[in-house]
Amino acid sequence: MEDIKANVVLDAKGLACPMPIVKTKKAMNNLDAGQVIEVQATDKGSTADIKAWAESTGHQYLGTIEDGEVLKHYLRKSSGEEHEEKKHSRVVNNAELEEKLKVDENIVLLDVRESAEYAFNHIPKAISMPLGDLEDSMDQLNKDDEIYVICRTGNRSDLAAQKLTEKGFTNVINVVPGMSKWSGETKKMND
Amino acid sequence: MTVQVMTSADVTKKIFNKEKLFILDVRNQSEYNDWKIEGENFTHLNVPYFELLDGVDGILDKLPSNQDILVVCAKEGSSAMVADMLSEAGLDISYLKGGMKAWSEHLEPVKVGDLKDGGQMYQFVRIGKGCLSYMVVSDGEAALIDATRMTDVFINFADSIGAKITHVLDTHLHADHISGGRQIAEKTGATYWLPPKDATEVTFAYEPLEDENDVTIGHTTINIHAFYSPGHTIGSTSFVVGEQFLLSGDILFINSIGRPDLAGKAEDWVSDLRETLYSRYKALSDELIVLPAHFMTIDELNDNGTVGKKLKTLFAQNHGLNIADEDEFRKMVTENLPPQPNAYQEIRQTNMGKMNPEEEKQREMEIGPNRCAVS
Repeated sequence: MEDIKANVVLDAKGLACPMPIVKTKKAMNNLDAGQVIEVQATDKGSTADIKAWAESTGHQYLGTIEDGEVLKHYLRKSSGEEHEEKKHSRVVNNAELEEKLKVDENIVLLDVRESAEYAFNHIPKAISMPLGDLEDSMDQLNKDDEIYVICRTGNRSDLAAQKLTEKGFTNVINVVPGMSKWSGETKKMND
Repeated sequence: MTVQVMTSADVTKKIFNKEKLFILDVRNQSEYNDWKIEGENFTHLNVPYFELLDGVDGILDKLPSNQDILVVCAKEGSSAMVADMLSEAGLDISYLKGGMKAWSEHLEPVKVGDLKDGGQMYQFVRIGKGCLSYMVVSDGEAALIDATRMTDVFINFADSIGAKITHVLDTHLHADHISGGRQIAEKTGATYWLPPKDATEVTFAYEPLEDENDVTIGHTTINIHAFYSPGHTIGSTSFVVGEQFLLSGDILFINSIGRPDLAGKAEDWVSDLRETLYSRYKALSDELIVLPAHFMTIDELNDNGTVGKKLKTLFAQNHGLNIADEDEFRKMVTENLPPQPNAYQEIRQTNMGKMNPEEEKQREMEIGPNRCAVS
């Protein structure tokens, strides 16, 4: 099983409803926008409740994995990123990327979401390179390659594209809107 | 204001008495939509507990001031929290002890009537799930039919009326709930009877219930005549008790009829089901009181809380018994069926003895409403 990175791990094992959510809500207050929390719970009902709670509060429910008796729920704190203006000028839409994926075997596609988001669902050819690690990881990339950048809604990828361009990458393309509306093939946690 | 605790038995009384009750159900929306506590004069509000963590001010104006309010959740914890908050806001409030978990397991014993030759017929109403079990008592002996997995309730009840359980019978292999029959038979030393055609894969010993088998209880002999009535399952068997009651299993309900598809054999069993309902049942005395293994909606309850009606009333009123056209009948029982019960395959495996899930798992498998009828 892939190791899923979280900024915070919350132990809610052995606690009955409503405590897993009460504790999650509290812990969420101390997270920065966009950060990921792993909630460990043993209450079977926590999966449906965490999911519904995330929907009602606008946080992003990434998924749950079962590790023996323990349920590990992954959530990403809402970031309000949908409202930011995009600045990187070269963009393609999801459909155009889907076409490109069909013809270009060697496409370089960076997924700049958090590794936990990537772990639960990503485009098979995408490489995980979370926005926060980009500075350190970009050396692995070739400055003259055509590089597609994708995230959930097109904003983090916009920032990543700007950053790459700033550092001398010449051929960077942002994919909009990104994974939130992706209807093509993906690789999921349990595939 | 203090918080009161209401038990499942208290709520059941309110349903039987058609009392008013306002239920604040704090489970998540999908669980609430799947099943809830229903009573003729119950009203509901669903607000998940996790939307109330910051306070209950937002819902105060939606709560009535002139009737009892019961907060309900899955297992009690969240409803107790919300009840505390509402109590602090000045309301008189109760929460349901044990939550929906306890509700789904509550059995309410009610007496259906006396048997002509002495003895009584009791019905155990599993009010939260719609399962009905029966105890026939005569002269210190008892036979139990379609018992659910809350085995202590039956054993304790028999003790309380001074009866010894000597026979345990299932009308068919259940797919919607876990049978307690085998366990009760083991604990009490009673004989466990099953229809052999439903029991071909079971992993334990049983006595085969076959056409015209008579099971006799008590010295004054109450006969339980078994007769083969396939349709819901291939082995489905009905019982006539004391020439007064027809225990129809999942073949005939009060407002509907059984579905033939839970073992994946809808097309094959349609004609069996029709034969049973339109010929075999027709040949019986229409004065028999039909006692089914399930009720679907709360309006099927009689005023005393029992579920049962005369066969002639059902022949007059039950739509499923009044479809002259065979094709139309076939369509009704094979098309547009409600979703299959939660975990019905696993439940069948458990009832065959092929699986032995822990209690918590059994509970989870049974969650949700009963769906043994065609509509």
